Amino acid sequence: MQPIERAARRHDPAPSRWAYRMHRLWLTPAVRRLLRLGVPVAISGLALLYVFSQPQNRTVLTQMVSEIRRTIAERPEFMVTTMTIDGASAELAADIREVVPVDFPISSFDLDLAAMQAMVAGLDAVAQADLKVQPGGVLHLNVAERVPAVVWRAEGNLELLDEGGRRVAALAERGTRADLPLIAGIGADRDVPEALELLAAAGPVSDRLRGLVRVGERRWDLVLDRDQRIMLPETGAVTALERVVALHQAQDMLARDLAAVDMRNPARPTLRMRPHAVAELHRIKGIELGDILQ
Amino acid sequence: MTDLYESQRAMRAMRKAALQRGVIAILDIGTSKIACLVLRFDGPETTRESDGVGSLAGQSAFRVVGAATTRSRGVRFGEISAMNETERAIRTAVQAAQKMAQTRVDHVIACLSGAKPRSYGLAGSIDLHDPTVTEQDVARVLAACEVPDLGETRHVLHAQPVNFALDHRSGLNDPRGQIGNRMACDMHLLSIDGDAVQNLLYCIKRCDMELAGIASSSYASGISSLVEDEQELGAACIDMGGGSTGISVFMKKHMIYADGVRLGGEHVTSDISKGLQVSLALAERIKTLHGGVVATGMDDRELIEIGGDTGDWEHDRRTVSRAEVIGIMRPRVEEILEEVRERLDAAGFEHLPSQQIVLTGGASQIPGLDGLAPKILGNQVRIGRPLRVQGLPQAATGAAFASCVGLALFAAHPQDEWWDFEMPLERYPARSLRRAVKWFKDNW
Repeated sequence: MQPIERAARRHDPAPSRWAYRMHRLWLTPAVRRLLRLGVPVAISGLALLYVFSQPQNRTVLTQMVSEIRRTIAERPEFMVTTMTIDGASAELAADIREVVPVDFPISSFDLDLAAMQAMVAGLDAVAQADLKVQPGGVLHLNVAERVPAVVWRAEGNLELLDEGGRRVAALAERGTRADLPLIAGIGADRDVPEALELLAAAGPVSDRLRGLVRVGERRWDLVLDRDQRIMLPETGAVTALERVVALHQAQDMLARDLAAVDMRNPARPTLRMRPHAVAELHRIKGIELGDILQ
Repeated sequence: MTDLYESQRAMRAMRKAALQRGVIAILDIGTSKIACLVLRFDGPETTRESDGVGSLAGQSAFRVVGAATTRSRGVRFGEISAMNETERAIRTAVQAAQKMAQTRVDHVIACLSGAKPRSYGLAGSIDLHDPTVTEQDVARVLAACEVPDLGETRHVLHAQPVNFALDHRSGLNDPRGQIGNRMACDMHLLSIDGDAVQNLLYCIKRCDMELAGIASSSYASGISSLVEDEQELGAACIDMGGGSTGISVFMKKHMIYADGVRLGGEHVTSDISKGLQVSLALAERIKTLHGGVVATGMDDRELIEIGGDTGDWEHDRRTVSRAEVIGIMRPRVEEILEEVRERLDAAGFEHLPSQQIVLTGGASQIPGLDGLAPKILGNQVRIGRPLRVQGLPQAATGAAFASCVGLALFAAHPQDEWWDFEMPLERYPARSLRRAVKWFKDNW
């Protein structure tokens, strides 16, 4: 019989079983994708992981990145050299320069405009602040200053308040801002708009007006010269004042020897006279009564 | 028989899975060559509206993306005789086709030409419970067909219902929904040698592929080589292969008879080899280049060097005239054709309305066959080539690839076979859950 396994046969064109299987495996789409995409990605991922697991490599990379950032940020186009302030008085401008912690020249990449804006707007005297970096390396501040409306005296300090009651600045002497009306008393700053309304309503007596006093943090007293007071109620103070002013215009009431006009109960206005006036009143009444009695 | 019946059902499911994946391989295992095509199915036609019949008879649903042929090894008479050799040859063909297609193929539809096909006409009839014919009734009438004793080791390869009759109306293609009292059916059953199928299954399994269908190669060549009206009116397709010659008779687009002759082109080659005292390879070359079956006076003068490598000058300088070669080839070809004639006569081919005979297969390319064949087979003989399918390489469009192409068409549009119908209820076990489910389905 011929041997079944022929030795040293010619080259067999048929693929071996394993070659055939490997070929089929290679033609399987999932395997193909895995080998073509998955393996390179995995290898490069592992290589990156290995490189970054070394701390010195990481520091080198961060240094390199920050160096590149620095060279870009320090180009002259991005440098800010001066600050200009618009709409602020000289002392406010000085305050702003003091409060903004920037050493010029500085790169505009390093400026935190939002924080600076918050800082400047946090100043009492500033109502609104806009910051922008303008071409030419200029940090431009557009400031709207608070306008003081009243002088507030409380606990021995003088302060300027704007018409909303916000503090503007401290005041050393009343005389320096004699043009502004004076309010006093604890809690007076919390109701400045009403105070301003009262001051406007007090028009005919404004030449005698000394100021407004907040009493018990709830109501206003209008203080005139000659130690006269108009005590106003908590609510409807302006109406009460208008009534007093009308009385004054009709009967010249406040020109008389009164200590106070008490309007705290609007249904029952009360006048408080001085002792001399009371004695005088009693005397006149006595004469009148005496006449009647005689 | 039941195990192949069940495995045929499983193969149909496999075919469906393959179509869903979109790639399927066609494997034609012949005696002289093994061809593998890789088909890609792109779903139904998208280029134009379908009017029921797709363009190119519906076979444009697929295109051939890979094709490879290799010399067959270990196959004799269309049957696998040396498994390892055949397995290697299948691997070679499949790998080359996969490489060309750039895709992996897991499902294969194979055909085999030998294995002693034998065809039977079966008839069965039933009384209908309900005048309207349902699918269940079709299954019952198919089950009622009396199966002859096929033999110990033989398996059913094809079992196609060919004709249905309701009462006295015959020739129905699809009886479902029609009304009648008695239904009869004719079925064509093709049985083949079981061992050959087992060998084929084993080889394909060794190549890591799943079999999604199996067909007789004479049937497949009939599908591809006969034109539509030949199939309709009646025609025989003679697939002249290397080791065996397949015969299939078609009528009304159904195969009604198939047979095989265990003679083919390789016998012609071996005759030349023996007659001229040359090697088989040289004999094959002489047959292919100088062969013929009709000698003329010119052929006496055409001398062919047949050479040799014995070292004997006289022996190595032999020449032979073409007439001599023809003289060797013609008797064998005549023998094949006479054998075919005999089989056709036995099948009653002369009673068909049209007696067209189409010769195809590799051996049908012998020059002069169109002159010889009418003398033996009758007047209506033509040499056929398979249908052209999309994407098929030019090298694979010849007559030798008729069964390949037919198998591709078969993969796209298989005919309904016995196992495509539901099993009739009576065949289920009495207490089966599926029977209960079916009862509910049918009655609610």
